[in-house]
Amino acid sequence: MAAVQDTIDQVKDIDVDQYKYGFETDIESVRAPKGLNEDIIRYISARKDEPEWMLEWRLDAYQRWQTMTEPTWAKVDYPKIDFQDLYYYSAPKSTEGPKSLDEVDPELLATYEKLGIPLKEQAVLAGVQGAKVAVDAVFDSVSVVTTFKDELKKAGVIFCSISEALKTHPELVKRYIGSVVPKSDNYYAALNSAVYSDGSFVYIPEGVRCPMELSTYFRINDKETGQFERTLIIAEKGSYVSYLEGCTAPMRDENQMHAAVVELVALDDAEIKYSTVQNWYPGDKDGKGGIYNFVTKRADCRGNNSKVSWTQVETGSAITWKYPSCILRGDNSRGEFYSIAVSNGRQQIDSGTKMIHLGKNTSSRIISKGIAAGRSDNTYRGLVSAHRKATNSRNFTQCDSLLIGDQCGAHTVPYIEAKNSTAHFEHEATTSKISDDKLFYCMQRGLNEEEAVALIVNGFVRDVLQQLPMEFMAETQKLIGISLEGSVG
Amino acid sequence: MLEIKNLHARIEEDKKEILKGINLTIPTGEVHAIMGPNGSGKSTLAYILAGRDDYEVTEGDILWNGESILEMNPEERAIAGVFLAFQYPMEIPGVAGLTFLRTAVNAVRKKRGKEEFTTPEFLKVVKGRAASLKINMEMLKRPVNVGFSGGEKKRSEILQMAMLEPTLCVLDETDSGLDIDALRIVADGVNALRGPDRAMCVITHYQRLLEYIVPDKVHVLAHGKIQKTGGKELAHELEKSGYAEFEAA
Repeated sequence: MAAVQDTIDQVKDIDVDQYKYGFETDIESVRAPKGLNEDIIRYISARKDEPEWMLEWRLDAYQRWQTMTEPTWAKVDYPKIDFQDLYYYSAPKSTEGPKSLDEVDPELLATYEKLGIPLKEQAVLAGVQGAKVAVDAVFDSVSVVTTFKDELKKAGVIFCSISEALKTHPELVKRYIGSVVPKSDNYYAALNSAVYSDGSFVYIPEGVRCPMELSTYFRINDKETGQFERTLIIAEKGSYVSYLEGCTAPMRDENQMHAAVVELVALDDAEIKYSTVQNWYPGDKDGKGGIYNFVTKRADCRGNNSKVSWTQVETGSAITWKYPSCILRGDNSRGEFYSIAVSNGRQQIDSGTKMIHLGKNTSSRIISKGIAAGRSDNTYRGLVSAHRKATNSRNFTQCDSLLIGDQCGAHTVPYIEAKNSTAHFEHEATTSKISDDKLFYCMQRGLNEEEAVALIVNGFVRDVLQQLPMEFMAETQKLIGISLEGSVG
Repeated sequence: MLEIKNLHARIEEDKKEILKGINLTIPTGEVHAIMGPNGSGKSTLAYILAGRDDYEVTEGDILWNGESILEMNPEERAIAGVFLAFQYPMEIPGVAGLTFLRTAVNAVRKKRGKEEFTTPEFLKVVKGRAASLKINMEMLKRPVNVGFSGGEKKRSEILQMAMLEPTLCVLDETDSGLDIDALRIVADGVNALRGPDRAMCVITHYQRLLEYIVPDKVHVLAHGKIQKTGGKELAHELEKSGYAEFEAA
């Protein structure tokens, strides 16, 4: 048992210096006054020069939010949040609306370069010849630049910040915003609806296969600031898009709030593949600091034969509360959820999915891999339900947990409801530990303990890794290794 | 040369003494067999040579080429040339055999100050070695040892041994679970690795394996001590008389 004991000892020594995105950009920002009230909402709306209906929508959401209470059912534990002690809007001073690359503050470009995020319009990712990825870069509350816009425009694809979309395509935003996640859906979604600042907007016209990967990189920089982004993706009939989001934040002693809403709409025969690599600052070894990540993500498979696939790699945040879901409304529609959730130190993750089968012959698949190390808690929570009319709906769920050390916890909380007798739901779950035997076997072959754990963990998550866009697989493998550093030596 | 001097060892957890003063020398270039009844400490000896930390060495020393390896961890011993073919190799789900081999081979090469293999170099070497062990590349695309038959597991161990180029090979009950055809393939694989730069320690309960891997010397281990040492004919004697003589000791 000595190897496990060593692992535990090393976990105790975990420190924050392994979080390599923890730097801060020194840039002048414009902030709304602290706190939340109708005036702040008016301020945000005015800064963004929004149409009147958007402001009304926000104010309505705010009123509803005030009547709601914070959810407490998740297996996460944190002190009460003082929502009046936050800044709800912060933007780099130099940014006044979307710009071309040449006009972006060099300090911001340097920040993204340091994060390894390509904002130059060229084949960008090492080792992948000719791979193009269009990027929308969101810094605190605003989008600072979106690349490859012209090329996408030729294909008819709209990819811009949601603030810009409100100006250029207000009818599309008005039609779809809140149609998947209603503004009073839950406490954090209502808060987001009231104060959301920026995020990405994607529209893929009928029959178009988006010619490149789209991605958004979210960066929280400013102190005591919440990030409330809102992303809306619409895939018209027969279209296809693959979208990836990445997230990082500086190391700070205080907790910061991130409450996003993501809405996806897939019409007949459309397919959306949505991947997330979430690496917000997780806090230090004692749980000081870190991001509270309260996110509502939902896809509406509105059309027949539509398909939405969520893939998430969750390595960051002090607390993660997140359940990317699919409403399988169209007949023969399909939802997929692939998840890797890595927790270390004092991190708490309560994440999973909801697959709501409404249409006939709908199918869903859930593969969740949780890895818990240190003194973290890692919970999978998932709902699979079949409506009365959902004949022949099918689901397959597999939840596997891997424990490293003996002070962490892994939990699986499945909810299964079938109101139609033809539903066919399967659920499998396993929990295992990295045993001393396996570590010894690998070390006998010349690997050190860290290399051995990385190899075993990468084998454990392989099914899910394969779902990520090729360009991000290697990066993700490395990220998982880094997140577990210190848990192994 | 491997020198085991008055080695005493016990299980860390319950302090039960298993090895009670082993003295054994295997010169480089020789193959020695260690035979003995069940529970005599054979596998414990194999684990201790490889550095498993569930055991505590309380007295004595293990020298490899004149230097004590007791303070070295399993990784360091592997780099120094120690290889253990496991009696029960571990399953590693999701990790393809080829990935595992390449990771291990390149880690070892790098730490020994050699150039890492490029992918084409690696594939070329592995294909050749695998073929002689009747391992096809399809088998190497499957996760390590997952769902392998007894024979596949042992052949895979010998392939790893061939790829990692050890100088001290310890084979723990490599014949267990093998039918006669598999036994021959495995033995051929081991024999191909015999050479003037390599010492081998073949641990087995039965004489059968030694028909194919003919040892230079045979040692009988019982009650935590080497009870008798002889030439290859000692194995035949044991086959006839059994271990009764040593059980009583």
